[in-house]
Amino acid sequence: MLELIGVSKKIAGITQFHKTDLAFERGTMNVLLGATLAGKTSLMRLMAGLDKPTTGKVLWQGKDVTGVRVQKRNIAMVYQQFINYPAFSVYENIASPLRLQGKSKSEIDHAVRETAEMLKLTAQLDAKPLSLSGGQQQRCALARALVKGAGLVLLDEPLANLDYKLREELRAEIPKIFEASGSIFVYATTEAEEALLLGGNTATLWEGKITQFGPTHAVYRQPLNITTARIFSNPPLNTLPVTKAGACLQFAGDQQIPCLSPTPNGQYTLGFRSHHLQLKSNKEARLAFKCRVDICEITGADTLLHLRFGDQHWTSLLEGVHPYTQQEELNLYVDPSHFYLFDAQGDLCAQPRAA
Amino acid sequence: MVDKLKSKNFNGRALVMIAYILFLLLPIYWLINMSLKQNSEIISVFSIWPKNLTFDNYRTILTDPSWYMGYINSMIYVVENVIISLIVALPAAYAFSRYRFLGDKHLFFWLLSNRMAPPAVFALPFFQLYSSIGLFDTHIAVALAHTLFNVPLAVWILEGFMRGVPKEIDETAYIDGYSFPRFFVRIFMPLIASGIGVTAFFCFMFSWVELLLSRTLTSIDAKPITAVMTRTVSAAGMDWGVLAAAGVLTIVPGALVIYFVRHYIAKGFALGRV
Repeated sequence: MLELIGVSKKIAGITQFHKTDLAFERGTMNVLLGATLAGKTSLMRLMAGLDKPTTGKVLWQGKDVTGVRVQKRNIAMVYQQFINYPAFSVYENIASPLRLQGKSKSEIDHAVRETAEMLKLTAQLDAKPLSLSGGQQQRCALARALVKGAGLVLLDEPLANLDYKLREELRAEIPKIFEASGSIFVYATTEAEEALLLGGNTATLWEGKITQFGPTHAVYRQPLNITTARIFSNPPLNTLPVTKAGACLQFAGDQQIPCLSPTPNGQYTLGFRSHHLQLKSNKEARLAFKCRVDICEITGADTLLHLRFGDQHWTSLLEGVHPYTQQEELNLYVDPSHFYLFDAQGDLCAQPRAA
Repeated sequence: MVDKLKSKNFNGRALVMIAYILFLLLPIYWLINMSLKQNSEIISVFSIWPKNLTFDNYRTILTDPSWYMGYINSMIYVVENVIISLIVALPAAYAFSRYRFLGDKHLFFWLLSNRMAPPAVFALPFFQLYSSIGLFDTHIAVALAHTLFNVPLAVWILEGFMRGVPKEIDETAYIDGYSFPRFFVRIFMPLIASGIGVTAFFCFMFSWVELLLSRTLTSIDAKPITAVMTRTVSAAGMDWGVLAAAGVLTIVPGALVIYFVRHYIAKGFALGRV
């Protein structure tokens, strides 16, 4: 179990990471989700012990390891860049952490071949890393991280530099590898979709703060604040400032929708995800918004509409091909039960009934 | 038609190149030419190639200890200098490339400004210092004196090469369990091998051709070949042929070293920042 207690990090007076408490249970997959510069890497470096926290402690299985050197900690890390030892063959790359642990020759050979088999590197064992494709190089880095059986495996956007096909392929394998290892995995990513596919727990990060931590699907369905909802929505969350008066939410001057939530009157922000903004109205999706098309992106089976409603930029993810032209006006429908209601501070007041 | 044009074109270019190369090689050719002649021929007549081909000049150098010891002395202090420069510059360059510390940029610049002073400035203090501590006329004295100029250059070049290696490799190695010295020798040095080669070449070149300090700091035991060459006026006058042969033999080591590092030299001149 890894615990961070009151950990923060400042570099040259600039706060990289605000005071945080965080605990990862044994044998869990934990996703750090956030945009670039949100502090994912800063947090990982603190967990790894590559950087020393300005305040707070890092506990590993109840023991304080804050000042312990990286070499003495039982961790492994994979970076976004494909980091291998170019002078060694793939075999030697994978074997190197074991050699340093002083394992016997046969033990090393067995472990290396097993890990290489799992990551489909058996045919490349004698090659030098730089002669391999990007996907194979990253597999090699993953193999080196996994072979030592570290208690904590840190993966810092390991798939970000790979092309689409390879990414999908490796992404499907990572949960399997995780299951087999029994270690704590920490996986940093910028993509909401990746977090959902990996499951486990997710911590959403924003400007050096953790906005929410919990089981991935709970964080996705019940974001506690608008920042979390924004981080965990791709395409971006659609928002609309509204005023609550009695049992109505008013917006854009005169329009209004009924609201039964027992929150006090005042300013609120309405939020809903782009796939809930649909073309057809039915019994549920009955609330209409007249939007203007900005851009229409057709990606094979889906259409992503960038829309304008008043001065709000919205997106709508539609199934099928809908070739709308720019500036075209159309009515789109939402089921009000998908609405999140955030107050002026951005905290969640009312969540969708569906969740 | 096309072929004709092409060949004409080729000839025009080739002519310029040939003329240029001839112009560059002329002094070297003349040196070799002289080294294969007898003194009487060198002085009396103008001949494009030796009339009486002789290898006596080379034989003199390779058999007379006062000549060949010059080469050996030079090589000893050059090798010592290259080794010392690299041993000192490798950790220094690593620090400059990886850490931020107070005044690092100024120190880095100041190191290079060391090279702006001509060696003559340091000849006198070195001479006095080495005489008083008994280092005068030793190989290590010359080697140490040359590090004053070579270490800054070596740090400068190596830093450029080291900056090209991502810091994540260092961290991955530490995470894997490598201690710093082990990481540096096993993982890091192979990564910048070409940089080390280029650095060694530049140190070699400076030390091999430097005359003033090496002549000032030596008398008999560690006298370098460049000093030997400048002291060949004997009672019988100048020994032109032997001098020319010595010159040819002095070019050979440099040419050999350049041959081996020729692919990396461009990168070295750019100080690794390509």
